[in-house]
Amino acid sequence: MADLVIIGASYAGTQLALAARANGFAGNITMVGDEPHPPYQRPPLSKAFLRNEVDASSLPLQSPERFAEERITLRTGVTALRIEREGRKVELSDGSEIGYAHLAFTTGARCRTLTCEGAGLGNVHYLRNLADACAIRDAASRSRTAVVIGGGFIGLEVAAALRTLGVEVAVVEMQDRLLQRAVPPLISTFLMRAHAHQGVRFHLSSRVRRLLGHGSVEAIELESGEVIAADMVVAGLGVVPNVELAQACGLVVDNGIVVDRYARTSDPRIVAAGDCAAYPNPWLNAVGQGVGPDRCMRVESIQSANDLARVAAATLAGRATPYEAVPWFWSDQYGYKLQMAGASTGHEQIVLRGDMESGKFTALYLRDGTLIGADTVNRPIDHLAARRLIAARVRPDPMALQDESIPLKSLAAA
Amino acid sequence: MPTITYVLKDGNTKTVAAANGKTLMEVAIAGNVRGIDAECGGCCSCATCHVYIDEAWLDMLPTPDEMEDELLEGVAAARTDFSRLSCQIVISDALDGMVVRVPEKQG
Repeated sequence: MADLVIIGASYAGTQLALAARANGFAGNITMVGDEPHPPYQRPPLSKAFLRNEVDASSLPLQSPERFAEERITLRTGVTALRIEREGRKVELSDGSEIGYAHLAFTTGARCRTLTCEGAGLGNVHYLRNLADACAIRDAASRSRTAVVIGGGFIGLEVAAALRTLGVEVAVVEMQDRLLQRAVPPLISTFLMRAHAHQGVRFHLSSRVRRLLGHGSVEAIELESGEVIAADMVVAGLGVVPNVELAQACGLVVDNGIVVDRYARTSDPRIVAAGDCAAYPNPWLNAVGQGVGPDRCMRVESIQSANDLARVAAATLAGRATPYEAVPWFWSDQYGYKLQMAGASTGHEQIVLRGDMESGKFTALYLRDGTLIGADTVNRPIDHLAARRLIAARVRPDPMALQDESIPLKSLAAA
Repeated sequence: MPTITYVLKDGNTKTVAAANGKTLMEVAIAGNVRGIDAECGGCCSCATCHVYIDEAWLDMLPTPDEMEDELLEGVAAARTDFSRLSCQIVISDALDGMVVRVPEKQG
Protein backbone atom coordinates (compact mmCIF):
# COMPACT_ATOMS: atom_id res chain seq x y z
CA MET A 1 0.00 0.00 0.00
CA ALA A 2 1.36 3.37 -1.02
CA ASP A 3 1.73 5.70 1.89
CA LEU A 4 1.53 9.07 0.16
CA VAL A 5 -0.31 9.62 -3.08
CA ILE A 6 0.03 13.01 -4.74
CA ILE A 7 -2.50 13.92 -7.42
CA GLY A 8 -1.00 16.46 -9.78
CA ALA A 9 2.59 16.49 -11.05
CA SER A 10 3.73 20.05 -11.43
CA TYR A 11 5.43 22.47 -9.02
CA ALA A 12 3.38 21.79 -5.90
CA GLY A 13 3.33 18.03 -6.38
CA THR A 14 7.05 17.80 -7.05
CA GLN A 15 7.98 20.08 -4.18
CA LEU A 16 5.65 18.20 -1.84
CA ALA A 17 7.21 14.86 -2.75
CA LEU A 18 10.79 16.08 -2.37
CA ALA A 19 10.07 18.03 0.81
CA ALA A 20 8.30 15.02 2.36
CA ARG A 21 11.52 13.04 1.87
CA ALA A 22 13.64 15.92 3.18
CA ASN A 23 11.41 15.88 6.29
CA GLY A 24 12.10 12.20 6.81
CA PHE A 25 8.88 10.76 5.37
CA ALA A 26 9.79 7.10 4.88
CA GLY A 27 6.76 5.56 3.16
CA ASN A 28 6.13 5.07 -0.53
CA ILE A 29 5.39 8.20 -2.55
CA THR A 30 3.45 8.06 -5.80
CA MET A 31 2.81 11.15 -7.88
CA VAL A 32 0.11 10.98 -10.54
CA GLY A 33 0.05 13.44 -13.45
CA ASP A 34 -2.36 13.62 -16.38
CA GLU A 35 0.14 15.10 -18.82
CA PRO A 36 2.43 12.72 -20.73
CA HIS A 37 5.59 14.51 -19.50
CA PRO A 38 7.41 14.41 -16.19
CA PRO A 39 7.12 17.72 -14.27
CA TYR A 40 8.52 20.71 -16.21
CA GLN A 41 9.23 24.41 -15.88
CA ARG A 42 6.26 26.55 -16.89
CA PRO A 43 7.49 30.17 -16.75
CA PRO A 44 9.49 29.83 -19.99
CA LEU A 45 6.34 28.67 -21.85
CA SER A 46 5.10 32.25 -22.13
CA LYS A 47 8.59 33.70 -22.56
CA ALA A 48 11.78 32.15 -23.98
CA PHE A 49 10.03 28.98 -25.21
CA LEU A 50 7.50 30.98 -27.26
CA ARG A 51 10.36 33.04 -28.68
CA ASN A 52 12.09 29.81 -29.84
CA GLU A 53 15.06 30.49 -27.55
CA VAL A 54 14.76 27.27 -25.55
CA ASP A 55 13.25 23.90 -26.41
CA ALA A 56 11.43 21.31 -24.33
CA SER A 57 14.68 19.55 -23.44
CA SER A 58 15.57 22.52 -21.22
CA LEU A 59 12.37 22.34 -19.20
CA PRO A 60 12.47 19.32 -16.84
CA LEU A 61 11.90 20.38 -13.24
CA GLN A 62 13.99 17.50 -11.87
CA SER A 63 15.94 14.68 -13.45
CA PRO A 64 14.39 11.18 -13.59
CA GLU A 65 17.44 10.09 -11.56
CA ARG A 66 16.44 12.44 -8.74
CA PHE A 67 12.92 10.99 -8.53
CA ALA A 68 14.40 7.49 -8.51
CA GLU A 69 16.92 8.34 -5.79
CA GLU A 70 14.17 9.81 -3.64
CA ARG A 71 11.99 6.75 -4.28
CA ILE A 72 9.23 8.84 -5.82
CA THR A 73 7.14 6.86 -8.30
CA LEU A 74 5.94 9.04 -11.13
CA ARG A 75 2.86 7.92 -13.04
CA THR A 76 2.38 10.23 -16.02
CA GLY A 77 -0.42 10.24 -18.57
CA VAL A 78 -2.84 9.01 -15.93
CA THR A 79 -5.83 10.84 -14.47
CA ALA A 80 -7.26 10.31 -11.00
CA LEU A 81 -10.97 9.62 -11.47
CA ARG A 82 -12.31 9.09 -7.98
CA ILE A 83 -11.24 9.14 -4.35
CA GLU A 84 -12.74 6.72 -1.92
CA ARG A 85 -11.98 8.26 1.46
CA GLU A 86 -13.38 5.48 3.61
CA GLY A 87 -11.36 2.79 1.87
CA ARG A 88 -8.51 5.29 1.37
CA LYS A 89 -7.90 4.61 -2.27
CA VAL A 90 -7.63 6.47 -5.56
CA GLU A 91 -9.08 5.14 -8.80
CA LEU A 92 -7.02 5.93 -11.87
CA SER A 93 -7.96 6.25 -15.54
CA ASP A 94 -5.85 3.21 -16.47
CA GLY A 95 -8.17 1.04 -14.38
CA SER A 96 -5.80 0.66 -11.46
CA GLU A 97 -6.26 1.71 -7.83
CA ILE A 98 -3.72 3.03 -5.34
CA GLY A 99 -4.25 2.90 -1.61
CA TYR A 100 -3.06 5.75 0.57
CA ALA A 101 -2.36 6.65 4.15
CA HIS A 102 -1.95 10.30 3.16
CA LEU A 103 -3.28 12.03 0.09
CA ALA A 104 -2.26 15.36 -1.46
CA PHE A 105 -4.21 17.41 -3.97
CA THR A 106 -1.90 19.42 -6.21
CA THR A 107 -4.29 19.38 -9.13
CA GLY A 108 -3.64 22.95 -10.27
CA ALA A 109 -6.02 24.91 -12.43
CA ARG A 110 -7.16 25.08 -16.01
CA CYS A 111 -7.74 28.01 -18.35
CA ARG A 112 -11.05 29.79 -18.33
CA THR A 113 -12.31 29.58 -21.90
CA LEU A 114 -14.26 31.87 -24.21
CA THR A 115 -17.98 31.24 -24.41
CA CYS A 116 -18.94 33.70 -27.13
CA GLU A 117 -20.00 32.82 -30.66
CA GLY A 118 -17.06 31.54 -32.66
CA ALA A 119 -15.15 30.35 -29.60
CA GLY A 120 -14.80 26.92 -31.18
CA LEU A 121 -13.03 28.16 -34.33
CA GLY A 122 -9.55 26.92 -35.17
CA ASN A 123 -6.44 28.83 -34.10
CA VAL A 124 -8.02 30.04 -30.87
CA HIS A 125 -5.49 29.29 -28.15
CA TYR A 126 -5.05 29.23 -24.39
CA LEU A 127 -1.78 28.84 -22.53
CA ARG A 128 -1.33 26.56 -19.58
CA ASN A 129 0.89 23.66 -20.56
CA LEU A 130 3.60 22.57 -22.95
CA ALA A 131 1.16 21.38 -25.62
CA ASP A 132 -0.55 24.80 -25.56
CA ALA A 133 2.79 26.59 -25.91
CA CYS A 134 3.81 24.37 -28.84
CA ALA A 135 0.50 25.14 -30.57
CA ILE A 136 0.91 28.89 -30.07
CA ARG A 137 4.51 28.83 -31.27
CA ASP A 138 3.47 26.88 -34.32
CA ALA A 139 0.54 29.21 -35.05
CA ALA A 140 2.77 32.26 -34.65
CA SER A 141 5.07 31.01 -37.38
CA ARG A 142 2.13 31.04 -39.79
CA SER A 143 0.41 34.25 -38.62
CA ARG A 144 0.76 37.88 -39.56
CA THR A 145 -1.79 39.21 -37.08
CA ALA A 146 -2.85 38.11 -33.61
CA VAL A 147 -5.41 39.27 -31.09
CA VAL A 148 -4.70 38.65 -27.44
CA ILE A 149 -7.83 38.65 -25.28
CA GLY A 150 -7.04 39.63 -21.70
CA GLY A 151 -4.45 42.11 -20.44
CA GLY A 152 -3.19 40.00 -17.56
CA PHE A 153 0.24 38.41 -17.18
CA ILE A 154 -0.32 35.59 -19.66
CA GLY A 155 -1.85 37.92 -22.24
CA LEU A 156 0.93 40.48 -21.94
CA GLU A 157 3.77 37.96 -21.97
CA VAL A 158 2.29 36.27 -25.04
CA ALA A 159 1.82 39.69 -26.68
CA ALA A 160 5.49 40.52 -26.02
CA ALA A 161 6.69 37.17 -27.37
CA LEU A 162 4.53 37.45 -30.50
CA ARG A 163 5.80 40.98 -31.17
CA THR A 164 9.36 39.74 -30.80
CA LEU A 165 8.53 37.13 -33.46
CA GLY A 166 7.26 39.89 -35.75
CA VAL A 167 3.52 39.22 -35.44
CA GLU A 168 1.20 42.26 -35.35
CA VAL A 169 -0.60 42.21 -32.00
CA ALA A 170 -3.75 43.83 -30.62
CA VAL A 171 -4.69 43.33 -26.96
CA VAL A 172 -8.33 43.46 -25.85
CA GLU A 173 -8.99 44.06 -22.15
CA MET A 174 -12.34 44.47 -20.35
CA GLN A 175 -10.97 46.76 -17.63
CA ASP A 176 -9.76 50.29 -18.22
CA ARG A 177 -6.18 49.32 -17.49
CA LEU A 178 -3.82 46.33 -17.72
CA LEU A 179 -3.13 43.92 -14.85
CA GLN A 180 -5.89 45.51 -12.85
CA ARG A 181 -5.98 42.82 -10.17
CA ALA A 182 -2.22 42.60 -9.74
CA VAL A 183 -0.63 46.04 -9.79
CA PRO A 184 -1.50 49.71 -9.13
CA PRO A 185 -2.19 52.07 -12.04
CA LEU A 186 1.36 53.43 -12.28
CA ILE A 187 2.72 49.99 -13.19
CA SER A 188 -0.16 49.37 -15.63
CA THR A 189 0.65 52.63 -17.35
CA PHE A 190 4.35 51.87 -17.52
CA LEU A 191 3.79 48.46 -19.11
CA MET A 192 1.19 49.72 -21.53
CA ARG A 193 3.68 52.32 -22.80
CA ALA A 194 6.35 49.64 -23.15
CA HIS A 195 4.02 47.53 -25.28
CA ALA A 196 2.77 50.49 -27.31
CA HIS A 197 6.40 51.40 -28.01
CA GLN A 198 6.81 47.91 -29.50
CA GLY A 199 3.77 48.46 -31.71
CA VAL A 200 1.08 46.63 -29.71
CA ARG A 201 -2.36 48.22 -30.11
CA PHE A 202 -4.74 48.25 -27.14
CA HIS A 203 -8.50 48.08 -26.84
CA LEU A 204 -9.23 48.80 -23.17
CA SER A 205 -12.70 48.77 -21.59
CA SER A 206 -13.62 46.47 -24.46
CA ARG A 207 -15.50 43.20 -24.58
CA VAL A 208 -15.42 40.61 -27.30
CA ARG A 209 -18.81 40.02 -28.89
CA ARG A 210 -17.82 37.14 -31.18
CA LEU A 211 -15.06 35.53 -33.17
CA LEU A 212 -15.42 35.50 -36.92
CA GLY A 213 -14.04 33.03 -39.44
CA HIS A 214 -14.60 29.96 -41.56
CA GLY A 215 -13.12 26.95 -39.82
CA SER A 216 -10.28 29.01 -38.49
CA VAL A 217 -10.51 32.40 -36.80
CA GLU A 218 -10.10 35.40 -39.09
CA ALA A 219 -11.19 38.34 -36.95
CA ILE A 220 -12.80 39.29 -33.68
CA GLU A 221 -15.70 41.64 -33.25
CA LEU A 222 -15.91 43.84 -30.16
CA GLU A 223 -19.13 44.88 -28.40
CA SER A 224 -18.52 48.32 -29.93
CA GLY A 225 -18.89 46.76 -33.38
CA GLU A 226 -15.23 47.24 -34.23
CA VAL A 227 -13.69 44.31 -36.10
CA ILE A 228 -10.01 43.41 -35.68
CA ALA A 229 -8.31 41.04 -38.11
CA ALA A 230 -6.64 38.05 -36.47
CA ASP A 231 -4.87 35.06 -38.02
CA MET A 232 -4.71 33.69 -34.48
CA VAL A 233 -6.24 34.44 -31.08
CA VAL A 234 -4.75 33.80 -27.67
CA ALA A 235 -7.11 34.22 -24.72
CA GLY A 236 -5.67 34.78 -21.26
CA LEU A 237 -8.84 34.95 -19.19
CA GLY A 238 -7.58 33.57 -15.91
CA VAL A 239 -7.98 30.06 -14.54
CA VAL A 240 -10.49 27.78 -12.86
CA PRO A 241 -9.11 25.61 -10.05
CA ASN A 242 -9.29 21.84 -10.52
CA VAL A 243 -11.41 21.06 -7.47
CA GLU A 244 -14.01 18.65 -8.85
CA LEU A 245 -12.29 15.51 -7.56
CA ALA A 246 -11.96 17.00 -4.08
CA GLN A 247 -15.54 18.18 -4.16
CA ALA A 248 -16.82 14.79 -5.29
CA CYS A 249 -15.21 13.09 -2.30
CA GLY A 250 -16.77 15.60 0.08
CA LEU A 251 -13.90 17.91 0.99
CA VAL A 252 -14.73 21.51 1.77
CA VAL A 253 -14.29 23.60 -1.39
CA ASP A 254 -14.81 27.34 -1.65
CA ASN A 255 -13.28 28.59 -4.88
CA GLY A 256 -10.29 26.37 -4.06
CA ILE A 257 -9.83 23.29 -1.89
CA VAL A 258 -9.99 24.88 1.55
CA VAL A 259 -6.95 24.26 3.76
CA ASP A 260 -5.66 25.80 6.97
CA ARG A 261 -2.25 27.41 7.50
CA TYR A 262 -0.81 23.88 7.78
CA ALA A 263 -2.18 22.94 4.32
CA ARG A 264 -4.69 20.52 5.91
CA THR A 265 -8.04 20.00 4.21
CA SER A 266 -11.22 19.13 6.08
CA ASP A 267 -9.95 15.50 6.11
CA PRO A 268 -6.91 15.14 8.40
CA ARG A 269 -5.34 12.60 6.03
CA ILE A 270 -5.50 14.95 3.06
CA VAL A 271 -3.45 18.08 2.28
CA ALA A 272 -3.59 20.42 -0.71
CA ALA A 273 -1.19 22.93 -2.25
CA GLY A 274 -0.68 24.95 -5.41
CA ASP A 275 -3.20 26.75 -7.58
CA CYS A 276 -6.04 24.44 -6.49
CA ALA A 277 -5.72 25.27 -2.77
CA ALA A 278 -7.39 28.14 -0.90
CA TYR A 279 -5.50 29.04 2.28
CA PRO A 280 -5.16 31.90 4.73
CA ASN A 281 -2.24 33.98 3.47
CA PRO A 282 -1.11 36.32 6.25
CA TRP A 283 0.41 38.85 3.85
CA LEU A 284 -2.43 39.15 1.39
CA ASN A 285 -5.29 39.05 3.87
CA ALA A 286 -4.04 41.61 6.34
CA VAL A 287 -4.41 44.36 3.79
CA GLY A 288 -7.85 43.70 2.35
CA GLN A 289 -10.65 45.96 3.47
CA GLY A 290 -12.77 44.22 6.09
CA VAL A 291 -11.06 40.88 5.48
CA GLY A 292 -10.20 38.75 8.47
CA PRO A 293 -6.86 37.01 8.81
CA ASP A 294 -8.41 33.56 8.33
CA ARG A 295 -10.08 34.15 5.01
CA CYS A 296 -8.92 31.57 2.49
CA MET A 297 -7.73 32.62 -0.91
CA ARG A 298 -6.02 31.03 -3.88
CA VAL A 299 -2.66 32.39 -4.94
CA GLU A 300 -1.57 31.43 -8.43
CA SER A 301 2.20 31.46 -8.41
CA ILE A 302 5.21 29.20 -8.27
CA GLN A 303 6.23 30.75 -4.96
CA SER A 304 2.87 29.88 -3.43
CA ALA A 305 2.93 26.36 -4.90
CA ASN A 306 6.42 25.66 -3.58
CA ASP A 307 6.00 27.23 -0.17
CA LEU A 308 2.57 25.76 0.58
CA ALA A 309 3.82 22.35 -0.65
CA ARG A 310 6.73 22.58 1.82
CA VAL A 311 4.20 23.38 4.57
CA ALA A 312 2.06 20.39 3.52
CA ALA A 313 5.08 18.08 3.50
CA ALA A 314 6.10 19.17 7.00
CA THR A 315 2.53 18.56 8.18
CA LEU A 316 2.57 15.02 6.74
CA ALA A 317 5.89 14.33 8.40
CA GLY A 318 4.48 15.37 11.78
CA ARG A 319 6.40 18.63 11.94
CA ALA A 320 3.58 21.07 11.27
CA THR A 321 4.65 24.70 10.87
CA PRO A 322 2.27 27.32 9.54
CA TYR A 323 2.53 29.01 6.13
CA GLU A 324 4.36 32.29 6.56
CA ALA A 325 6.26 33.04 3.32
CA VAL A 326 5.97 36.49 1.75
CA PRO A 327 4.36 36.16 -1.70
CA TRP A 328 6.43 37.06 -4.74
CA PHE A 329 5.95 36.84 -8.46
CA TRP A 330 7.59 38.07 -11.62
CA SER A 331 6.94 38.73 -15.29
CA ASP A 332 9.31 39.35 -18.21
CA GLN A 333 8.10 41.50 -21.08
CA TYR A 334 10.59 42.68 -23.71
CA GLY A 335 13.61 43.89 -21.73
CA TYR A 336 11.58 44.62 -18.62
CA LYS A 337 11.59 42.39 -15.60
CA LEU A 338 8.67 43.19 -13.32
CA GLN A 339 8.99 41.64 -9.86
CA MET A 340 6.30 41.86 -7.21
CA ALA A 341 6.64 41.20 -3.50
CA GLY A 342 3.98 41.26 -0.78
CA ALA A 343 0.73 43.04 -1.55
CA SER A 344 -0.04 46.25 -3.37
CA THR A 345 -3.79 46.31 -2.76
CA GLY A 346 -4.81 48.17 0.39
CA HIS A 347 -1.85 50.53 0.40
CA GLU A 348 -2.22 54.10 1.66
CA GLN A 349 1.01 55.48 0.31
CA ILE A 350 3.26 54.77 -2.67
CA VAL A 351 6.93 55.72 -2.50
CA LEU A 352 8.75 55.78 -5.83
CA ARG A 353 12.43 54.96 -5.84
CA GLY A 354 14.18 55.84 -9.07
CA ASP A 355 12.86 57.36 -12.26
CA MET A 356 10.12 55.51 -14.16
CA GLU A 357 11.31 57.08 -17.41
CA SER A 358 14.65 55.30 -17.02
CA GLY A 359 12.88 51.93 -17.13
CA LYS A 360 14.47 50.97 -13.83
CA PHE A 361 12.53 51.80 -10.68
CA THR A 362 10.83 50.51 -7.55
CA ALA A 363 7.37 51.32 -6.21
CA LEU A 364 6.99 50.65 -2.48
CA TYR A 365 3.60 50.33 -0.80
CA LEU A 366 2.93 51.40 2.78
CA ARG A 367 -0.06 50.89 5.01
CA ASP A 368 -0.18 52.39 8.51
CA GLY A 369 3.52 53.13 8.04
CA THR A 370 4.37 49.46 7.46
CA LEU A 371 5.89 48.27 4.21
CA ILE A 372 3.37 45.79 2.73
CA GLY A 373 4.57 45.41 -0.84
CA ALA A 374 6.92 46.45 -3.60
CA ASP A 375 6.89 46.27 -7.39
CA THR A 376 10.22 46.64 -9.13
CA VAL A 377 11.11 47.04 -12.78
CA ASN A 378 14.65 45.92 -13.65
CA ARG A 379 15.69 46.28 -10.03
CA PRO A 380 16.14 42.74 -8.73
CA ILE A 381 18.29 43.97 -5.85
CA ASP A 382 15.37 46.06 -4.53
CA HIS A 383 12.99 43.14 -5.03
CA LEU A 384 15.09 40.78 -2.95
CA ALA A 385 15.62 43.42 -0.25
CA ALA A 386 11.90 44.28 -0.20
CA ARG A 387 10.96 40.64 0.40
CA ARG A 388 13.06 40.65 3.54
CA LEU A 389 11.79 44.05 4.71
CA ILE A 390 8.15 43.00 4.22
CA ALA A 391 8.76 39.77 6.15
CA ALA A 392 10.26 41.82 8.99
CA ARG A 393 7.24 44.16 8.93
CA VAL A 394 9.50 47.21 8.94
CA ARG A 395 8.15 50.73 9.29
CA PRO A 396 10.65 52.63 7.17
CA ASP A 397 11.04 56.38 6.82
CA PRO A 398 9.51 57.14 3.39
CA MET A 399 12.26 59.68 2.72
CA ALA A 400 14.88 56.98 3.22
CA LEU A 401 12.95 54.58 0.95
CA GLN A 402 13.08 56.95 -1.97
CA ASP A 403 16.74 57.89 -1.44
CA GLU A 404 18.64 55.74 -3.92
CA SER A 405 21.93 56.39 -2.15
CA ILE A 406 20.62 54.31 0.76
CA PRO A 407 20.49 50.56 -0.06
CA LEU A 408 17.02 49.16 0.71
CA LYS A 409 18.44 46.28 2.68
CA SER A 410 20.09 48.70 5.12
CA LEU A 411 16.59 49.72 6.25
CA ALA A 412 15.98 46.34 7.84
CA ALA A 413 16.45 47.69 11.34
CA ALA A 414 14.18 50.71 10.77
CA MET B 1 30.45 16.98 -25.39
CA PRO B 2 31.92 19.20 -22.64
CA THR B 3 31.85 17.92 -19.08
CA ILE B 4 31.31 20.03 -15.99
CA THR B 5 32.33 19.02 -12.48
CA TYR B 6 30.14 20.20 -9.62
CA VAL B 7 31.61 20.18 -6.11
CA LEU B 8 28.69 19.45 -3.80
CA LYS B 9 27.95 20.76 -0.31
CA ASP B 10 29.28 17.58 1.29
CA GLY B 11 32.56 17.88 -0.64
CA ASN B 12 31.78 15.07 -3.08
CA THR B 13 31.99 15.84 -6.77
CA LYS B 14 29.66 15.02 -9.62
CA THR B 15 30.81 15.23 -13.22
CA VAL B 16 28.09 15.72 -15.81
CA ALA B 17 28.12 15.74 -19.61
CA ALA B 18 26.80 19.09 -20.85
CA ALA B 19 25.33 19.90 -24.24
CA ASN B 20 26.50 23.12 -25.86
CA GLY B 21 23.90 25.86 -25.62
CA LYS B 22 22.40 24.62 -22.36
CA THR B 23 22.96 26.65 -19.23
CA LEU B 24 25.04 25.56 -16.27
CA MET B 25 21.79 25.46 -14.27
CA GLU B 26 19.98 23.22 -16.79
CA VAL B 27 22.94 20.86 -16.87
CA ALA B 28 22.89 20.66 -13.07
CA ILE B 29 19.15 19.87 -12.94
CA ALA B 30 19.37 17.28 -15.73
CA GLY B 31 22.42 15.75 -14.04
CA ASN B 32 20.75 15.47 -10.62
CA VAL B 33 23.19 17.86 -8.96
CA ARG B 34 21.82 18.73 -5.52
CA GLY B 35 21.83 22.23 -4.12
CA ILE B 36 20.84 24.28 -7.17
CA ASP B 37 17.21 25.22 -6.63
CA ALA B 38 16.50 27.46 -9.64
CA GLU B 39 13.01 28.28 -8.41
CA CYS B 40 12.25 30.63 -11.31
CA GLY B 41 13.23 28.13 -13.98
CA GLY B 42 16.18 30.05 -15.33
CA CYS B 43 14.47 33.39 -15.83
CA CYS B 44 17.10 35.31 -13.82
CA SER B 45 14.54 36.25 -11.17
CA CYS B 46 15.21 34.41 -7.96
CA ALA B 47 18.94 34.12 -7.13
CA THR B 48 18.59 30.44 -6.12
CA CYS B 49 20.95 28.92 -8.69
CA HIS B 50 24.08 30.51 -7.22
CA VAL B 51 27.43 28.75 -7.80
CA TYR B 52 31.10 29.55 -7.24
CA ILE B 53 33.20 29.21 -10.41
CA ASP B 54 36.66 27.71 -10.02
CA GLU B 55 39.31 30.41 -10.34
CA ALA B 56 40.90 28.82 -13.39
CA TRP B 57 37.68 29.19 -15.38
CA LEU B 58 36.34 32.51 -14.16
CA ASP B 59 38.06 34.64 -16.80
CA MET B 60 36.67 32.48 -19.60
CA LEU B 61 33.13 33.59 -18.79
CA PRO B 62 31.52 36.80 -20.00
CA THR B 63 31.08 39.16 -17.04
CA PRO B 64 27.62 39.23 -15.43
CA ASP B 65 25.14 41.65 -16.94
CA GLU B 66 23.53 44.30 -14.76
CA MET B 67 20.53 42.13 -13.84
CA GLU B 68 22.66 39.15 -12.78
CA ASP B 69 25.04 41.43 -10.91
CA GLU B 70 22.14 42.87 -8.88
CA LEU B 71 20.63 39.47 -8.16
CA LEU B 72 24.00 38.21 -6.95
CA GLU B 73 23.76 40.84 -4.21
CA GLY B 74 20.77 38.90 -2.91
CA VAL B 75 22.12 35.34 -2.84
CA ALA B 76 21.63 33.44 0.41
CA ALA B 77 25.24 32.26 0.81
CA ALA B 78 28.15 34.70 0.79
CA ARG B 79 28.79 36.47 -2.53
CA THR B 80 32.43 36.27 -3.56
CA ASP B 81 34.40 37.29 -6.65
CA PHE B 82 33.66 33.78 -7.95
CA SER B 83 29.88 33.96 -7.55
CA ARG B 84 27.66 33.56 -10.60
CA LEU B 85 24.06 32.59 -11.32
CA SER B 86 24.26 29.27 -13.14
CA CYS B 87 21.17 30.04 -15.25
CA GLN B 88 23.11 32.80 -17.00
CA ILE B 89 26.13 30.76 -18.06
CA VAL B 90 25.86 29.07 -21.45
CA ILE B 91 27.89 25.92 -22.04
CA SER B 92 30.40 25.81 -24.91
CA ASP B 93 33.37 23.63 -25.81
CA ALA B 94 35.63 26.24 -24.24
CA LEU B 95 34.16 25.37 -20.84
CA ASP B 96 34.97 21.64 -21.11
CA GLY B 97 36.29 20.49 -17.74
CA MET B 98 35.05 23.51 -15.78
CA VAL B 99 34.74 23.08 -12.02
CA VAL B 100 32.01 24.86 -10.05
CA ARG B 101 31.17 24.68 -6.38
CA VAL B 102 27.61 24.53 -5.00
CA PRO B 103 27.07 27.00 -2.10
CA GLU B 104 25.95 25.87 1.33
CA LYS B 105 22.47 27.36 0.84
CA GLN B 106 20.23 28.97 -1.78
CA GLY B 107 17.23 30.34 0.05
